[in-house]
Amino acid sequence: MIRHIISILIENESGALSRVAGLFSARGYNIESLTVAPTEDPSLSRMTLVTRGSEEIIEQITKQLNKLIDVVKLIDLAESFHIERELLLVKVKTTSEMRDEIRSMADIFRGKIIDVTPTTYIIEMTGPSEKLDAFIAAIDPDSIIEAVRSGPTGISRGEKGLHL
Amino acid sequence: MELNGAQIVVQSLIDEGVEYIFGYPGGAVLHLYDAIFQQDQLKHILVRHEQGATHAADGYARATGKPGVVLVTSGPGATNAVTGIATAYLDSIPMVVISGQVSLPVIGSDAFQEVDMIGITRPCVKHNFLVKDVTKLAETIKKAFYVATTGRPGPVVIDIPKDITAPNIKVTYSYPQKVSIRSYNPVLVGHKGQIKKAVDLLLSAKKPIIYSGGGVVLGEASSELIAFTKTLGYPITNTLMGLGSYPATDNQFVGMLGMHGTYEANMAMHESDVIIAIGARFDDRVTGKLDLFCPYAKIIHIDVDPASISKTVRVTIPIVGDVKPVLDQMMELIKENKNKIDGVALAEWWNQIRQWQSVNCLEFDRSSPLIKPQYVIEQLYEVTKGDAYVTSDVGQHQMWAAQYYPFTKPRRWINSGGLGTMGFGLPAAIGVKLAFPDADVACVTGEASIQMCIQELSTALQYKTPVKIINLNNRYMGMVRQWQEFSYESRYSHSYMDTIPEFVKLAEAYGHVGIRITKPEEVRPALEQAFALKDRTVFLDVMTDRTENVYPMIEAGKGHHDMKLRVATGTSTDRELA
Repeated sequence: MIRHIISILIENESGALSRVAGLFSARGYNIESLTVAPTEDPSLSRMTLVTRGSEEIIEQITKQLNKLIDVVKLIDLAESFHIERELLLVKVKTTSEMRDEIRSMADIFRGKIIDVTPTTYIIEMTGPSEKLDAFIAAIDPDSIIEAVRSGPTGISRGEKGLHL
Repeated sequence: MELNGAQIVVQSLIDEGVEYIFGYPGGAVLHLYDAIFQQDQLKHILVRHEQGATHAADGYARATGKPGVVLVTSGPGATNAVTGIATAYLDSIPMVVISGQVSLPVIGSDAFQEVDMIGITRPCVKHNFLVKDVTKLAETIKKAFYVATTGRPGPVVIDIPKDITAPNIKVTYSYPQKVSIRSYNPVLVGHKGQIKKAVDLLLSAKKPIIYSGGGVVLGEASSELIAFTKTLGYPITNTLMGLGSYPATDNQFVGMLGMHGTYEANMAMHESDVIIAIGARFDDRVTGKLDLFCPYAKIIHIDVDPASISKTVRVTIPIVGDVKPVLDQMMELIKENKNKIDGVALAEWWNQIRQWQSVNCLEFDRSSPLIKPQYVIEQLYEVTKGDAYVTSDVGQHQMWAAQYYPFTKPRRWINSGGLGTMGFGLPAAIGVKLAFPDADVACVTGEASIQMCIQELSTALQYKTPVKIINLNNRYMGMVRQWQEFSYESRYSHSYMDTIPEFVKLAEAYGHVGIRITKPEEVRPALEQAFALKDRTVFLDVMTDRTENVYPMIEAGKGHHDMKLRVATGTSTDRELA
């Protein structure tokens, strides 16, 4: 069950997202994460979908996605060199004696403290999903008030790109 | 030309060349019905239930190759249409369904007769559209027909809110000659390299078989398939959906394959070394248990839908494309290299196949004092000279029609193969008869299936569509009963109706002719009488052997080589089953 990151250009129309989500539930494929936002061309959205499956299942997933009329193009980023980033926002409790430690931990992971209250920090961090996992594992779980992750987005390296 | 939304819908359909629209009015489509009233080019067929509208349009589409068109109101009108939409979807039938919707400002408020038609139909349409702007209406209709009829065909729903069809809002109308959709470009011509590889493999085969399906019918490639098969001299089997695309009377035809296919077709599949699948999708009723499917074969698969390729069975050489141009492409190479065929191996292979054929797997008890359903179909074939359009419902009668009526032309055999929708046959027959008023149209059905859309008998009278209903009445849901006999130690749980209507009276109540027969010698004269009554719908209620089963059969979990054959048990009489 290899992890695949499928990047999809899709018509930016109401219902397009539900077609993709509905396809996965109807055919019993799993979605680990899904991000979607309009592109620089407002008529198109770009989705990044992380899924797992055997080679046969991934082949069916990409074929079935391509079959949706609203899907313009897609690539499986896992098939070539690519860059993958996920955004993490985590709100932690901070007592005065812990503040330095959390700040230096955030520095090590190249995170930024973007909000401070007398009792909390909000830390912003981007990176591959494993790095965000590692950061969360590195800080005291009792200090985490909440953590929110965007799910990965990705882009292929080199001159090729997913566009019209 | 300035038109309002309702007029745009009607004019677009006319400009698209639509002849019939099958529908049922209601609140959300009243503007549309008013526009239909004020013209006489587009003919509206008023059904008695929206499911009937979809099946009638579907039957029309299957018989003509043109898209079927349906009009239903919002809410229950729309949901009633869903079974017929799914039926068309599973068999890739081109259909455009226009559903009314509540007005835009009240969408989402649980308004009267509101349902999320786009959401409900999403998994069973090729695509659907919600029209939010009257200026986009004509273009959307054009797109719907384009999507429904190209590539792998399928149903498309256009959901139109009532205010979009309002009489007082007029916009400039022009129907687009062409549309293109940047995200939709079906591949039609096959990849040359793949075709070369496929032909090489095909010509190297020692035990080849051609396995072709509904894609040949949909792709209008019957004559190409015949030329291809004749040139190669290979055996050919058809799926349930492909029947008629290759003449069943030809000696290279080894019958239907699959669960109730012939022994020879299934054995040949199992033993073959090269299979070419043409417009067929390796449906579970065809393959049996996948682990046991065709263990020795390399497989070539031609399909217009890439997602059909290697979905359940991994294939050796996939070819994405429309079967017609792909077969033409292959034929060029085959003609040049025909000498590569191993004639000796092929002759041996045919010997083997003729031996399997000698099992005579479709033989049945011809001396029974009871009416055998198979005999009825054989007689139907003779009385109609093999040239009727035959629609069917779903169950044993469907399999018997497929087995015992050798179809020789495409689009003559009209049944719900994928979804298996009981209630399909009668409305479909009405749709066929509208398209071909001079042709013989028979609906082979059973007493359970026919009751699922029996209300359409009324439609048949109103529009003078004299179809012949051949009701194989065994007083059981026969296929359910058969499975219960084989797999549930004959516990016939609810496969029997304690009360069955008197169909003769029912037919008469609807204004038709009813005939009931109980003896084998009545079959032929009754059929002749029914078809001689050219201008009447005839309901022929045939009291058949209650206990007859469909043979041969691949039971669940078995492979093609492991068929259950009929065991001769002497003359059959009615066994007590209930």
